Amino acid sequence: MNWLTNFVRPKIRALVSSKKDVPDNLWHKCPSCEAMIFHRDLEENLHVCQHCGFHMRLDPPKRLAMLFDPNFQTIELPKPIVDPLKFRDQKRYTDRLKDAQSKTGRPDAIAVAHGKIGGHAAVVAAFDFGFMGGSMGMAVGEGLLAAAKLAVLQQAPLIVVPSSGGARMQEGILSLMQMPRTVIAVEMVKEAGLPYIVLLTDPTTGGVTASFAMLGDIHIAEPGAQIGFAGARVIESTIRETLPEGFQRSEYLLEHGMVDMVVHRKDLRGTLIRLVDLLRRPGPGAEVVRLPKADSPERHMARPMPAVIPGGVAEPPRPD
Amino acid sequence: MHFLEFEKPIAELESKIDELRHLSDGGDINIADEVRKLQDKVDKLLRSTYAKLTPAQKVQVARHPNRPHCLDYIGALITDFTPLAGDRLFAEDRAIVGGLGRFRGRSVVVIGQERGHDTESRVRHNFGMAKPEGYRKAQRLMQLADRFHLPVVTLVDTAGAFPGVSAEERGQAEAIAKSIETCLRVKVPIVAAVIGEGGSGGAIAIAAADRVLMLEHAIYSVISPEGCASILWRSAANAADAAQALRLTAQDLKELGVIDRIVMEPVGGAHRRREDTINALGNALEDALDGLRGQDGGSLRHGRRQKFLEIGQKGLG
Ligand SMILES: [Zn+2]
Repeated sequence: MNWLTNFVRPKIRALVSSKKDVPDNLWHKCPSCEAMIFHRDLEENLHVCQHCGFHMRLDPPKRLAMLFDPNFQTIELPKPIVDPLKFRDQKRYTDRLKDAQSKTGRPDAIAVAHGKIGGHAAVVAAFDFGFMGGSMGMAVGEGLLAAAKLAVLQQAPLIVVPSSGGARMQEGILSLMQMPRTVIAVEMVKEAGLPYIVLLTDPTTGGVTASFAMLGDIHIAEPGAQIGFAGARVIESTIRETLPEGFQRSEYLLEHGMVDMVVHRKDLRGTLIRLVDLLRRPGPGAEVVRLPKADSPERHMARPMPAVIPGGVAEPPRPD
Repeated sequence: MHFLEFEKPIAELESKIDELRHLSDGGDINIADEVRKLQDKVDKLLRSTYAKLTPAQKVQVARHPNRPHCLDYIGALITDFTPLAGDRLFAEDRAIVGGLGRFRGRSVVVIGQERGHDTESRVRHNFGMAKPEGYRKAQRLMQLADRFHLPVVTLVDTAGAFPGVSAEERGQAEAIAKSIETCLRVKVPIVAAVIGEGGSGGAIAIAAADRVLMLEHAIYSVISPEGCASILWRSAANAADAAQALRLTAQDLKELGVIDRIVMEPVGGAHRRREDTINALGNALEDALDGLRGQDGGSLRHGRRQKFLEIGQKGLG
């Protein structure tokens, strides 16, 4: 728990105190068990209720600080065209955007950072549910593409932490197009041979789940997170089905084979470090000798292949 | 023929024509003359009505029960159609039909959503709303096409992926995500055509294609106007406002650079002259497939990804 005591706590405290010198809300009510939690205890427990274990949502600064080693860097993201449809419902979309921006201090619903996780280079993209429900429009799509490109550039694993209600309706069809676009981002990472890990947090639904969020090499979910495609209300109203206990929760997804593990927030960083280490530092015994690609010219040169000795050490062919 | 609310004046004129024809049996010259005049009026009215359909009216036309559906196109355009069934994992989902066939000389794999045309067939095809097994069947068929270097034609017509407990249980989101991934991975040409309703994730699952065509009065949207209205206006009664705001018509999508080509429908919509519509789409599909011929798989796939990466990058605002 060194990283927690030495780093995360002061960092989170710094984040809290930078907003307001004296927090006006010293007590927080747990949305699940309604217990009153002292703010210092909440921070210490990574915003998990110490009474019932409820995992509260984290904004990107807290999430990134929790996952990375010290000294990670948040990158500036591309700025796509704002309000391409000139969308207006009862309120202008541009006004909704401005409200969300002033509320969160962020241009849109995603933050991307690079740094080290347990000493391994990594890129993390974290959603902000507080920004219009973490909805995916062009800015989020661009953010994920930027994260993927950065991961490939740095030859680092990509870890994405969605927390999103789905597509951003106010960008219409262009928000739907972020589904194939973010799938392409994932393909870039996979084709570069890099691990792509999804850390599913509450909630991950709709077009976000049905694109990049379900294509991970490894899926980790926080306990109790809502994860699914169709909203529970949509299912109830259109199909008139009663929903089973724990429907669309992390544990339900684990039971149905959709996630690899459900991990308590306090163990997330340790789990990620172990996974990245296993995938990225295979050790001499597991090294695979790469053969030239089928279409590369070397293959046609009929050069004798080096002999491979168990243990992974290649020996040059010896003349008879 | 089923008439839409805004088609009522046309329907009235046409029933008048029917009555007159019935009266005369074609012998009376005055009546024949009157019929001709009325028919002229109908044509003019159809032309003017369909030239300026509102987005909300287009939604109705796109969902018109007499509009040709996936199996109508397959029946008319594909010879030797050999349906293939099942996802090899769980079940056969008839909301997505697909198989091998010959389209104007070439072997193709066809995949499409079928909504059904009467109660029995609608139930059998689950109203065109696919479950995970449907999207997994689509993946399987795309991979089959890839293996045998056959082009893929997809016909999109769905209100959306099926929203139900069973679908969630079996990973609806994963199935859609993988289906998009498969579209973007295969090294054969894919041409998608939105023939009616392109409903959100359920549509894009089989529409991440090299060329995306759309019928003139089809719609394609991230959410149904009713769903959007009930969330943003807090009332489904504002569906017409939502239809306007979402920019879901073929003309909007062409302008936004999301689709490649609009295929014109006969005057009065696809449901009035089904055969002409089917042939028009057939010609457009043939053009698209011809345009993609002779490219190697790698550059084809690269181009497909590039096309989606460029959406929203220019020509907007
Ligand atoms: Zn609690």
